[in-house]
Amino acid sequence: MSAEAVHAESFIRRYLFSTDHKTIGKQYLLTAFFMGLFAVGWSILIRIQLAWPHANLPLLSRLFPGLYQDGVLLPERYLSLVTMHGTVMVFFVISFALVSGFGNFIIPLHIGARDMAYPVLNMLSYWTAVPACILMIASFFVPDGAAAAGWTAYPPLSALPQAVPGSGWGQTLWLLGMALFIASFTMGSLNFVTTILNLRTKGMSMFRMPLTVWTLFISSVLGILAFPALTAAAIMLLLDRHGGTSFFLPSGLVVGGQVLEHSGGTPLLFQHLFWFLGHPEVYILVLPAIGIAFDVVAVFGRRPVFGYRTSIWALLVIGVLSMIVWGHHMFTSGMNPYLGEYFSVATVAITVPFAVLGMNLIASLWRAEIRLHPAMLFALAMIAAIGLGGLGGLWLGTASSDMYLHDSYFVVGHFHFMIGVVTAFGIFAGTYYWFPKMFGRMIDQRLGKIHFWATSVGVFFAFIAMHFLGLGGVLRRTYDPTAYEYTASVTWLNLPISIALFLAAAAQVVFLVNFFWSMFRGQKAEANPWEAATLEWTTPSPAPHLNWRELPSVFRGPYEYRTDGRAAGYRSQVVPDEPPAEVRA
Amino acid sequence: MTTVAMGSSETAAPVAHWQGGVSPFAVSWQKLMMWIFLVTDALLFAGFLASYGFVRLASPAWPEQNEVFPMLKIAAMTFVLITSSATMATAVGAAHRRDLKRAMVFVALTALGGLLFLLAQATEWATLIAEGARLTHNPWGPAPFAAFFFMITGFHGSHVLIGVILLTVVALRLWRGRATGMGVEVAGLYWHFVDVVWCFIFPLFYLL
Amino acid sequence: MTTGGQKREVFALAALFVAIAAVTVIGFAHDWKPPVASEEGARVDSLIRYLLFATGAVLVIGAAALVAFLWRYGRGLPSPAPRSDPRLERWWSLVPVLGMAVIAEVGVLVKGLPVWKRVYGAPPPGALVVEVNAQQFEWWVRYPGPDGVFGRRDPHLVDATANPLGLVPEDPAGRDDVVVRNALHLPAGRPVHVRLRSRDVLHSFSIPEFRVKQDVVPGMITAITFVPSRAGSYQIACAELCGLGHYRMGARVIVHPAEEFDTWLEGQNGALQ
Repeated sequence: MSAEAVHAESFIRRYLFSTDHKTIGKQYLLTAFFMGLFAVGWSILIRIQLAWPHANLPLLSRLFPGLYQDGVLLPERYLSLVTMHGTVMVFFVISFALVSGFGNFIIPLHIGARDMAYPVLNMLSYWTAVPACILMIASFFVPDGAAAAGWTAYPPLSALPQAVPGSGWGQTLWLLGMALFIASFTMGSLNFVTTILNLRTKGMSMFRMPLTVWTLFISSVLGILAFPALTAAAIMLLLDRHGGTSFFLPSGLVVGGQVLEHSGGTPLLFQHLFWFLGHPEVYILVLPAIGIAFDVVAVFGRRPVFGYRTSIWALLVIGVLSMIVWGHHMFTSGMNPYLGEYFSVATVAITVPFAVLGMNLIASLWRAEIRLHPAMLFALAMIAAIGLGGLGGLWLGTASSDMYLHDSYFVVGHFHFMIGVVTAFGIFAGTYYWFPKMFGRMIDQRLGKIHFWATSVGVFFAFIAMHFLGLGGVLRRTYDPTAYEYTASVTWLNLPISIALFLAAAAQVVFLVNFFWSMFRGQKAEANPWEAATLEWTTPSPAPHLNWRELPSVFRGPYEYRTDGRAAGYRSQVVPDEPPAEVRA
Repeated sequence: MTTVAMGSSETAAPVAHWQGGVSPFAVSWQKLMMWIFLVTDALLFAGFLASYGFVRLASPAWPEQNEVFPMLKIAAMTFVLITSSATMATAVGAAHRRDLKRAMVFVALTALGGLLFLLAQATEWATLIAEGARLTHNPWGPAPFAAFFFMITGFHGSHVLIGVILLTVVALRLWRGRATGMGVEVAGLYWHFVDVVWCFIFPLFYLL
Repeated sequence: MTTGGQKREVFALAALFVAIAAVTVIGFAHDWKPPVASEEGARVDSLIRYLLFATGAVLVIGAAALVAFLWRYGRGLPSPAPRSDPRLERWWSLVPVLGMAVIAEVGVLVKGLPVWKRVYGAPPPGALVVEVNAQQFEWWVRYPGPDGVFGRRDPHLVDATANPLGLVPEDPAGRDDVVVRNALHLPAGRPVHVRLRSRDVLHSFSIPEFRVKQDVVPGMITAITFVPSRAGSYQIACAELCGLGHYRMGARVIVHPAEEFDTWLEGQNGALQ
């Protein structure tokens, strides 16, 4: 069907129920921003509580009558805030933006395809994700409030409504929302993997794909392999909650003065199933951020990525290892200590390929010609975050130090670096980089740099300091960190951490204003404003429906910057070489 | 084959089907996607079966299956399902040869086999429920035994039901001459998967 | 952007990365941990010191390289043309591979595993066996009494005030059990084997000053072994989210000098008397 014929579509077909991968990608990105408003908002309330645990805040009581009573945040509502902040951030912000958003937008463009393999399924994946979002937000408005058992939802706490408010309807809506999310993500993964395998254009071999595509490919494969375990766990938890079963509930439980009738189950089963997904999930999120960083560093450093092939091998090793180390979240869980020994040895091995990636990112700056565009700033800062997060992970992956650090703020600091800073900086780098291709306009660079500096100063300070809180023994999910005397010498850190995060949160307002203003009023963009070599820049900005008039053919790898001796030159992937002396047809 | 100019980091002898422009496994995207979907579905059942193993190994006692289930009937159900995979394979071959009438007959036979399996499973459930088994209660020992039984066979049964509906639709399309060989093959993949899952459930749950 | 502008930005960025590395190194070098009071805890602290030096070194090297490249190649000075050199890339990748593999596995195998085995291995003979029970939101400690046997329990007999552990009165082994609320009395210098049970949901028994932590799982008995190294008063904190009182589910650990502990224990009455 010609591009012109397709454009005789209504607004609804074109923007709402579009099957064009670029529109779907933007829908996911905007939905992620919307859900991010909630998740960041909840985190602000959390940080207010931690900075001033004994304050009376009548304004907040008036604004949020369901959460506060007489100016004080209710402990069970605090638990709902941390639970939903984590859940929504991981699945409905980071995954939506980085994997579903950029993945949908860029994969066909990077590999020379007109769209995903099954565009209708792609549209369905987005519209399955939307009700999932609604369920999550709605869960705050049910009696007894939103789920409050942590984003990890461990039973028995999450299985028994009498164990904590929030394990009533809130937890059920959480489970249903997650089921829809998993269905949506699976549909997306099916498309991503099939498209990357089958729809690469002529000449686009696997080892000529940009690293963004490689990382999204590995993420999708991990999703396919790992999510079913969480589906199984969610189904069994729903049955324990509503069907009276005892998959996760042993006999003899006494809750609220009553001896419960359950028998035969074990809480550890849930933990194994949850983390079988949970660990690969964090790599599903982190890998595409790293892939985007490589692409950005190449374009704005004007040189090929250092170690393109060794990076791919490292990514594949990370993918495989990520599926066999889930027990490092369970060192103190009561599982067999020999399993703990195995999981520790395997887990710390992951630092090896990560160190390769870190070195390759840094070495990609050797003999570069660095242009400090906002995308590049975020990519460079991401390298620092990978270093800090990755090295902190070694402290947690070693079982005996984890004995002290488990469930402390050391863990919170660590995962906020990997899932909060690395991934968020990947989203920002990708946004500043691909904005012209998405919207046909340039995003304001000055505001971008203000966004970068305010965000970086805030998040680096805050999450480094959280490691100190953790070393001091401050535990996570604690409503009042001053309740224990042994933390008295370190809890003062909570106030500066909160201030730093308020600064970082405010910086996101600058980002959103810049984003939406530039979408409508930014300077019009040309096809290839960054002089980049990959395929998406060979089509106009914004990329038109069906992407190219004629599908391009590919003649070289994705990072041929300044490799032919010309000073600021680059060779696009689609331009043929000058014919050699002999041409065999 | 025209030579394609390569970048400096390429190996000297490329494998043609990975060079882009063709499917590396020489399958249509529909078939590839069905394979990948079946992988996720297989892992869901694997999750259930692994959980069953975990709980059973942690339980001090477990019912003797041949005292609870009519093993001959279960074996017959297994035989019917395996036979239906054979009829499905015949249907796929016929569809590829464009012998649509033969394909339709064998698809219908497959659906019939599935229906027989479901009926037998339903009577199985009815008998056990009459004896007092529930999601929450197991007359022969630890409660999770019954819970796992109903959950796993329930999930498998619903997959069989979906398969029967899918095959009915395919048979109708074959009757009207509007099905492709690939469409029948993709449906066949799903049906074989349903059979393979049963071939894991049967020994792990009923025999061991 | 102007060359001057870019030079200032590179300076700022380099300063940011130097500041991040400095805050990290200085901050981690400070000891935030509460003073240690167990033998296993001292070994954990030794492992943490190893990690501090090893990861600190990697951090400093990485930060130095990042800043150096930024400085040399970011301020507009001409740079030689880069080349893709797969052999060079492969050889260099051996550096992080071997370096991290050694650092990581030495930590686990040499420094970490021995502690793990002490905490999770079979308790040495003569260890004091104590049962610690977790429930929403307090701790109940039980000693087996002079007969050395814990009495049987039945959840149906649980009464919050009179019989919080549901001890079965007919069982003679339980008559001399000593039950204490929110206080764990221990002898200094003697191995302690703690058996953990939960009444309702997951909890986690942690004594930060001893550096030990073990989840308490309903339906199973989990256990750890450790040796308190000096007399004093310490804290138990629940380390697994257990409901709205999780943040205040604390208890005291009172470590007596070894001779005084036996005196204390003998002075306690059995729970069912």
